[in-house]
Amino acid sequence: MLTSDNAFSTALALILSMDNALISIVVLSLQVSLVAVIIASLIALPLGAALALWRFPGRNVVIIALNALMGLPPVVAGLCVYLLLSRAGPLGAWGLLFTPTAMVIAQVILVLPIIAALTRQQVEALHSEYAEQLNSLGLTRLRMIPTLLWDARFGLITVILAGFGRASAEVGAVMIVGGNIDGVTRVMTTSIVLETSKGNLPMALGLGIILLALVTMINAIAHIIGETAKRRLG
Amino acid sequence: MNAHYAPPTATLELDSVGFIHRGHTLLKPTTLRLTGCQRTLIMGPNGAGKSLLMRLAHGLLTPTSGTVHWQGAPPAQAMVFQRPVLLRRSALNNLTYVLAIHKTARQNRKSQAMSALERFGLAHLAKRPARVLSGGEQQRLALARAWLLNPQVLFLDEPTSALDPAAIKAVEDAVLEFHHSGTRIVMTTHDLHQARRLADDVLFLHNGELLEHTSANDFFTAPSSREAGAFIRGELVW
Repeated sequence: MLTSDNAFSTALALILSMDNALISIVVLSLQVSLVAVIIASLIALPLGAALALWRFPGRNVVIIALNALMGLPPVVAGLCVYLLLSRAGPLGAWGLLFTPTAMVIAQVILVLPIIAALTRQQVEALHSEYAEQLNSLGLTRLRMIPTLLWDARFGLITVILAGFGRASAEVGAVMIVGGNIDGVTRVMTTSIVLETSKGNLPMALGLGIILLALVTMINAIAHIIGETAKRRLG
Repeated sequence: MNAHYAPPTATLELDSVGFIHRGHTLLKPTTLRLTGCQRTLIMGPNGAGKSLLMRLAHGLLTPTSGTVHWQGAPPAQAMVFQRPVLLRRSALNNLTYVLAIHKTARQNRKSQAMSALERFGLAHLAKRPARVLSGGEQQRLALARAWLLNPQVLFLDEPTSALDPAAIKAVEDAVLEFHHSGTRIVMTTHDLHQARRLADDVLFLHNGELLEHTSANDFFTAPSSREAGAFIRGELVW
């Protein structure tokens, strides 16, 4: 009989045992998701800002597509990356399938639309407030991008966290392109799936609790940094 | 130091400039010539088109008819808005930012920005976030920012409408300081007392139409249009 009591005690025992296998799973999970979010942010923040500032034919189509891609099912993203990276695929020669790099690529595809679409919204709102002043100062649109991103930074922290949440929580994409190989591509979410299917529910739940705690901690740190800075800067 | 000098005065010519937005004529075709280093006040009731005329002159908006033209090269310009738009950073960094935009050498930015803060009585607030300053301080910071641009023409759009009397005085002093250093002033206001204190000449707008462009003296003593007369007497004009 599974009780929440033995799930918590299993989680606690897991943490206290400092099991090497567990630590490597946790570290890999964080590595893959953080690297994916950093890469996605580097592309999506300027992309979202540019989309907010430029008017061109087909702009609405791009915005709708980005918004729709926010809901892209992870397994579909995983499948696409799988097809690209598999031996027979166009990028098969790179030998990336079932490596952490493949998992990062898949998560970048999942996270990028979220960050780009939400950045577009935030920057567009800020731009409507700043536009006259920045035009009066003689700024080009290209030069406005870093200014607006920096001034929207408190809102953008939340945007990036939303991206991180998506990356750390998803299982479908990393399962397909990573393969859940013990010691190589096994991360927390894929372990939970595995333990659940083995019937080791206390272990699965214990891993779930650890994952939740880590994500909460990262969000708390970002929130505290953001709120402190916001209060200081008004 | 900030090398303010008396620049060659530029002449702004508006030739039949009109502005229509969604079928509404917001500014009827207006022909106008602003020359010399004067303090021009644009007056009129709310919705007369004062801010619109100023934005067209500054180049923030493109007229739907007619042309806005500077004789010779367009001069350095700056604009101060009714609600100052300050960046989410310190007062000092708001100023070094515009110096960076205008390609001032990095090692000179801080000293120039500090001297502008001192000039407008803001030196003690240099490190404060610009957004938490009071309304009057924010507007002075906007003026300090404009000062660093060395404008030959300074546009001000009702810069004192949300301020208390002390802050209004500070802004008016700043406007005079700009003028003394050779900057042409173009400013909107609906405050008659302020216009009497500051104006060399007056543009009077009503319902999107330029009704008068005369010296301040003539405008206040003998306005030629019925609407301007009513406006000066404080009667509502619609």
